[in-house]
Amino acid sequence: MATTTEKNNHIIELVDVHKEFDGVTIVENLNFYVRKGEFITFLGPSGCGKTTTLRMIAGFEMPTSGKILLNGEDITQLPPNKRPVNTVFQKYALFPHLNVFENVAFGLKLQRIETTVTNKKGVSKTKMKKIPKAVIAEKVRKALEIVDLVGFEKRSISTLSGGQQQRIAIARAIVNEPEILLLDEPLGALDLKMRKEMQLELKAMHKRLGITFIYVTHDQEEALTMSDTIIVMSDGSIQQIGTPEMIYNEPKNTFVADFIGESNIFSGVMPKDGQVRFCGKSFNCLDGGFEKDEPVDVVVRPEDVQITSPEEGILKGKVTSVIFKGIHYQILVQCGRYEIEIQSTTTPTVGEKVGLNIQPDGIHVMKKIFRVNKFSGIITKRNTVEFGDGEFECDVTQLYPGSHLDDEGYLITAKGEKLDLTDTEVNVEVGLHDIVMSDNLEEGGARGNIISMIYKSEYYRYIVRTENEEDYVLACEDTWNENDLVSLLIPSDKIKLTLKTTEATKQ
Amino acid sequence: MTKNKPKLHFSRKLLAIPYGLFLAFFVVVPLLIIIYYAFTDDAGKFSLDYVKYFFSENGDSFWDFFTSSNFRTIMRSLFISLASTAICLLIAYPVAYIIAKSKLKNKSMLLLLFIVPMWVNFVLRINALKELLQFIGIYNRSNGWNIFNTILGMVYDFLPFMILPIYTTIIKIDNSYLEAAKDLGATGARAFTKITLPLSKAGIMSGVSMVFLPSMTNYVVSNYLTYSNVKIVGKLIDDYFMGDLWHDGSFIALVLLLFMFLVTWLTGGFKADEITETRGTSLW
Repeated sequence: MATTTEKNNHIIELVDVHKEFDGVTIVENLNFYVRKGEFITFLGPSGCGKTTTLRMIAGFEMPTSGKILLNGEDITQLPPNKRPVNTVFQKYALFPHLNVFENVAFGLKLQRIETTVTNKKGVSKTKMKKIPKAVIAEKVRKALEIVDLVGFEKRSISTLSGGQQQRIAIARAIVNEPEILLLDEPLGALDLKMRKEMQLELKAMHKRLGITFIYVTHDQEEALTMSDTIIVMSDGSIQQIGTPEMIYNEPKNTFVADFIGESNIFSGVMPKDGQVRFCGKSFNCLDGGFEKDEPVDVVVRPEDVQITSPEEGILKGKVTSVIFKGIHYQILVQCGRYEIEIQSTTTPTVGEKVGLNIQPDGIHVMKKIFRVNKFSGIITKRNTVEFGDGEFECDVTQLYPGSHLDDEGYLITAKGEKLDLTDTEVNVEVGLHDIVMSDNLEEGGARGNIISMIYKSEYYRYIVRTENEEDYVLACEDTWNENDLVSLLIPSDKIKLTLKTTEATKQ
Repeated sequence: MTKNKPKLHFSRKLLAIPYGLFLAFFVVVPLLIIIYYAFTDDAGKFSLDYVKYFFSENGDSFWDFFTSSNFRTIMRSLFISLASTAICLLIAYPVAYIIAKSKLKNKSMLLLLFIVPMWVNFVLRINALKELLQFIGIYNRSNGWNIFNTILGMVYDFLPFMILPIYTTIIKIDNSYLEAAKDLGATGARAFTKITLPLSKAGIMSGVSMVFLPSMTNYVVSNYLTYSNVKIVGKLIDDYFMGDLWHDGSFIALVLLLFMFLVTWLTGGFKADEITETRGTSLW
């Protein structure tokens, strides 16, 4: 019984949803469900596909593939006017030619309710009837009461402030008693103070109405304040689904850790369960289940780092910056090559030597997603290799131990066989630290835009995406900017080639 | 001796002087002259004779006005204008809508197809139309055909003036309004009648006044296309002035002016916000 109610509880479910615009993937592989009555938030940077996902639920966009289920029924192809959902738009989209009352009543006036009428001959018929005017007026009044704008009925939209328009947009949506209310960054246009107030009001409204809210925002604080569940999205796919506490305290990967709140991200290794090495020291932690000496990412929140005297600290360093942030100080400490950010109410002075400690529960260990770049490549006539939307010089002799190239470019194996490697398919591996970025676009073998950068205390981890959507992950100590167009250089001895297994078995 | 010479300040207001002068000499003064002539006699004395004459040209009672040729000319003009405007609107709205909603990147090219004919001299175009009508065989065939041809000429001439303002208002309607309407349960047709149509009203009004008013007076079209057999108000005024009947001509011009004022007022042409709403049309 418990399982069936749990299943029935899923008001919206997305199954393998994939969306492309003109061949460009916007979202892929979306699988999640929303529980009835839940306040769920799609959180992610701009361009991560969160708004597209919302628009697919509203019915403004059709998924390229996959299914959207509402209460278990497939609504993928249903037009927006047939769906029991209403949207609060980013810029409100209040109808400028109608007054407040007409705006709020818009949906009600369109509704037809089935009523059984008995005509003179005594035959009863079902007819679609308009909602009576008095009922509409009453419903509108109630909706305006909820958003605290009773008495504004006759006002024209252009005379309202941003916050009032926001409320009217909410009233216009909830007056139709939708099963789900979709909110597309509704507070984005409001100033900070107003936004904070509306956040609390929306949360209270959610409690009162008891309907499902699906909320889209790029503001992590907003998401943490309001949501029951947060879906963190990046680059068209879901990074993590969880309660605000889970997302904050147990980020699943470095993207989530970096996006939600402030964090120090280190590269480390796991010698054994409950122990992790980073910044050249061993720390006790609560995580486990990794292979021995597996490279991992370590996330430490700035507030989980304690400042002690230099003798007591595991890490020792020098304070390089202290900034007052209101309720705490933001302190930067340089420990050898590593820069560590700390939030603390104590105030060391710049230049002071301090020790740093981290409690086991403050250390979050996560699997490294990117340890090496893997591509499929093809050897060209010139004995270079084409992969990842580019072409690079490489050493093809590594494919056959003991082989060498003759003058004409044929490969002579150790046994003396002569091979033409043109069009041979190979697996290519390049390490994160072996790719160099350059702003001379002609210099490298491939070029692309930086789509992500995450600071990892000793270097930045960049993701560079080429025109044909091939991603290179690389580590670099210099600061570049997101969206920079860069050329990628890889020394030929750093390109590791192996024959594709099918090819290898044939040989 | 004061050393402080008045400085020459070039303020932006000075830029209004040329237009101000133009307005005074070519609009205000002629208007006053028209009013003067309408209410004076040949001796220059105030007189309502020509006003009386307009309403009862045969010297009979006021009610005869409604059977007079002047009245018939005004009614004819009104009918031609109304018909031309209605037909223009019926053709222009779908065209403007389709162009504005088309997914083509270069919508202005499509629009240009409707604008380019305007670059050909207007008299030349009307003459060409006349040749065409002669070829088909409906040129000056009967009174009915003559009215038809006049309306055809007006529509041909003024259609772009209807398309452009409607296009500019439709293209400015934010797509989110339509999405919101559909989100609230409106079908595509409902969203059109409840959102697109009312929001493009300003364009329709501006188009209507840009077609209706000139087609009241543009007697070049009626003269060329009907062998001068269809007389409209513009021609009436012309006839009076050509016949040295300045007082009669002035009064009719004044009546027409009043009429146009009324139409502009009714279509909301004096509302400041709607003028800015259709700002794009001033380009033409």
